[in-house]
Amino acid sequence: MKKMTYREAARSALRQALAGDPRVFLMGEDVGRYGGAFAVSHGLLAEFGPERVRDTPLSENTFVGAGIGAALGGLRPIVEVMTVNFSLLSLDQVVNNAATLRHMSGGQLSVPLVVRMATGAGRQLAAQHSHSLEGWYAHVPGITVVAPGTADDARALLLAALREPDPVFVFEHAALYPMEGEVDDTAGPGEIGRAAVRRVGTDLSVITYGGSLPKALAAADLLAAEGITAEVVDLRTLRPLDTATILASVARTHRALVVDEGWRTGSLAAEVSARIMEGGFYDLDGPVQRLCSAEVPMPYARHMEDAALPQPATIAAAARAMLRRDG
Amino acid sequence: MPILGADMVAGTLIAWRKQPGDRVARGDIIAEVETEKGLIDVEVFASGVLERIVVQPGATVPTGTVLALIREDGPAPAAMPAVAAPVVTAPVVPAAVEPARVEPAPGERKRVSPLARKVAARLGVDPDTVGGTGPGGTVTREDVERAAAERQAGPAPAVAPAPARPRMDVARMRQTIAAAMARSKREIPHYYLAHPIDLHRVLAWLAEENARRPVTDRLLYGVVLLKAVALALREVPELNAVWRGERAEPSAAVHVGVAISLRGGGLVAPALHDAERQPLGDLMRAFRDLVQRARSGGLRSSELSDPTITVTSLGEQGVERVFGIIYPPQVAIVGFGRIAERPWVVDGAVVPRPVVTASLSADHRVSDGHRGGLFLAAVERLLQSPECL
Amino acid sequence: MSASIDRDHGLGLLRQMVLIRRFEEKAAELYTVGKIRGFLHLYIGEEAVAVGTMQALTPEDNVVATYREHGQALARGMEAGSVMAEMYGKAGGCSRGRGGSMHLFDVSRRFYGGHAIVGGGLPVAVGLALADAMRGRPAVTACFFGDGAVAEGAFAESLNLAALWRLPVLFLCENNLYAMGTALERHQAQTDVVRKAEAAGVPGEAVDGMDVLAVEAAARRAAEAVRGGQGPRLLEARTYRFRAHSMYDPDLYRAGDEIEAWKTRDPVVLFTAVLRGQGVLGETDLAAMETSVAAEVDAAVAEAEAGPWEPVEDLLKDVYTAPVDR
Repeated sequence: MKKMTYREAARSALRQALAGDPRVFLMGEDVGRYGGAFAVSHGLLAEFGPERVRDTPLSENTFVGAGIGAALGGLRPIVEVMTVNFSLLSLDQVVNNAATLRHMSGGQLSVPLVVRMATGAGRQLAAQHSHSLEGWYAHVPGITVVAPGTADDARALLLAALREPDPVFVFEHAALYPMEGEVDDTAGPGEIGRAAVRRVGTDLSVITYGGSLPKALAAADLLAAEGITAEVVDLRTLRPLDTATILASVARTHRALVVDEGWRTGSLAAEVSARIMEGGFYDLDGPVQRLCSAEVPMPYARHMEDAALPQPATIAAAARAMLRRDG
Repeated sequence: MPILGADMVAGTLIAWRKQPGDRVARGDIIAEVETEKGLIDVEVFASGVLERIVVQPGATVPTGTVLALIREDGPAPAAMPAVAAPVVTAPVVPAAVEPARVEPAPGERKRVSPLARKVAARLGVDPDTVGGTGPGGTVTREDVERAAAERQAGPAPAVAPAPARPRMDVARMRQTIAAAMARSKREIPHYYLAHPIDLHRVLAWLAEENARRPVTDRLLYGVVLLKAVALALREVPELNAVWRGERAEPSAAVHVGVAISLRGGGLVAPALHDAERQPLGDLMRAFRDLVQRARSGGLRSSELSDPTITVTSLGEQGVERVFGIIYPPQVAIVGFGRIAERPWVVDGAVVPRPVVTASLSADHRVSDGHRGGLFLAAVERLLQSPECL
Repeated sequence: MSASIDRDHGLGLLRQMVLIRRFEEKAAELYTVGKIRGFLHLYIGEEAVAVGTMQALTPEDNVVATYREHGQALARGMEAGSVMAEMYGKAGGCSRGRGGSMHLFDVSRRFYGGHAIVGGGLPVAVGLALADAMRGRPAVTACFFGDGAVAEGAFAESLNLAALWRLPVLFLCENNLYAMGTALERHQAQTDVVRKAEAAGVPGEAVDGMDVLAVEAAARRAAEAVRGGQGPRLLEARTYRFRAHSMYDPDLYRAGDEIEAWKTRDPVVLFTAVLRGQGVLGETDLAAMETSVAAEVDAAVAEAEAGPWEPVEDLLKDVYTAPVDR
């Protein structure tokens, strides 16, 4: 086990993949000479050369589509879309090609493509640079969506993604890149489709993923000081959701709070809530609650942005409200 | 009227470019049709002579309607591709669509819906003592209300909670048998049962009986079958129901629809009213009257809409067994095939017997195979004592 | 076109065009009676482009096409029966009934669809070429698209990326002058497609798309350059569709006399005359060809009619490679 940042963990996975499989290559804006917008691919161009680490023009639609074509052609491309905000330009290739080619061809084609994107808010980048749209991607059959919330998962889930024969979208929360954590860099790939209980508790289940995970854990600390033990479930994979782990947690705690940085309406949290209602209705001692981003394009001013996003204090407050006794 | 677009259901004929008597060649434009998108040319796919125009300019007709008749060139007329029937696929719901159902483990606490608990609190009932009839044994509001009522009325006899048959709303009359059949197949989950029946007693009794009767009063064995069906419905009344909207309503009377084929094609199934109550002679007279009026076009529309079940017999055509399509709003149709001498085991020995196969097509929303089987068994039993019919 | 043509080659080209023509006519007929559903985009009038281009490609090359791709599919060698069955939606169709007319796929013939989003296939073609370049495979990726696609950002982006990375893409613009109902001059300030390509760094050539021999010659030239590592090329085939954009199109945006004028340059008729003029097409050859093609089309229809439907229970198959529901 080593201490490294989320960013370094992702880089470690990229390096291992590029070194271990000649079919793997990385392409995206500024991944080469610039070293990656978030410095994830720093040093990789020098190590692997311009054939394996390719700087692309600002053409999201086309280089994501080219990733699809290259995957069809037998390679294992990792496409880095700088952020989910820019990925909107490539949604046609994602939804109409990556997700559908296998099905539309009657099973003849396979698209082993990995797309990595930074996501999330919290750095005062305002409305066009602060989206959390992984819920939209999780809506689409044909693709797999993962959201590592720990440094170890930043490595493990990326390695797992590269093993998949079908497209995988990896959402790395931008605020997590500098976060340090324990990483076993000799371990193999993680398990896609398996959630993890990061903290055991009995009073309620806080179900979350990605950038909200550390906030949920911090909230659990706050609650523990008040005698409330919150169980924290890290979804890790957003499609397919690990419904079994979610339901098992709710069966133990009987209360669920879903924390999701997407906007509340039509959010991934709504999907989790629906599944808990369908499968765990009789285990619930109260309705499932959601804590999501406020329904507003992300404002620039710090205090406004903080108020728009889930925070440890608001997560704890939501939990307290669920456990409140009235009379 | 050709289908020219994914969502085109009708078109208006605007003009004919050819007239009866004109030669047409494959690829010629023969008419103009107005659609929602504008005027589209209609091309013809056969070569020959335009014989007759069926739809006049200005008429709006559904796609698939014959617009004109063309006498084709060449020795063998190429089959005009018929308008494709809607694909009939089995109504199988893929398993993944099922909602996650978590069954309670034995010994687990009872599942009571929040609403049930609320009502239980109001009525002073302990929900944990109430028998649950919801999915997975859940205690529902209905269960709680019933428990409260029973408690007032006194202990009820132990009865296995049978799910109550839901009632239903008004049925719509179908306009044509064809539309009804297509829809029946689409909407009614049919299940099918067949049951061979030894008819030697019926035939022997009929021979004796008819020998006693004047020629004009002789009984057809088909009427004996009809009566047996009508009587059997007393034992399994859910097959004698009428489907209205979303539920089946049991019918007080038994009006057996008799399928009568018409000369020149076509099929009607008018009702023999109160079939289970009529003596065989009356039934025979009513049947003869129906057949005569069916073939002469003298049926009343109420006779076509009154049946609560239909019986169809194709024995004359040599058919072994008949699995018909239920005529909505009925919930079952009974079929009889031909009588054939078959080996039959009696007291350990194989003897030839005249056997007919009785078949049942029934609506699985209303009855299940068990009930259907009981019905056919009742028909068989009744036919072993024809003198009682 | 002054050199005399090899008889087998000439008859082969003609037969391919005739097959496409008769197949498309039959498809139109079947659509009007509801056997083929959804959208149907006919290739009638454009046959020379697919047939001519395919002459320049080998089985190792890749083909990406649009939703008007029956001609390309048949010219690539896909069985008429499997294409017809696909349009019927039958399990025996090339895409197992999952795609329909707009999504024909055949991985064994490197036919990568069948794309219904205008311009959507260009990036995929660039990617296929990228994989070949990185793997050292000397193959060409032929990418068909229409004049409408030049308006999509993906066109400029894809040409740019292919030129920048020197990728072996043969961009084939089938310019039939109309993007559905909008004429080229109504949606492009610069209507010269070859100039647009050159601006992106891709050398291009325009060719008479109604002349199968001209298309073949131009395609061979371009493919040779691409195969030789000179980077991408664009061929603009100037052609015309004799039918509307799709079946449900009253074609209000084209003048009748324009259509009639183009019909005088029907590629099948033109080439028939060329072959006759060179003494390659005998009296009975054409009739025999039509009979053979008619039989092939009829057999395709019979195969489609008789084929089974995929069971509904298999609905969730092939969304993912693994059988697990995700």
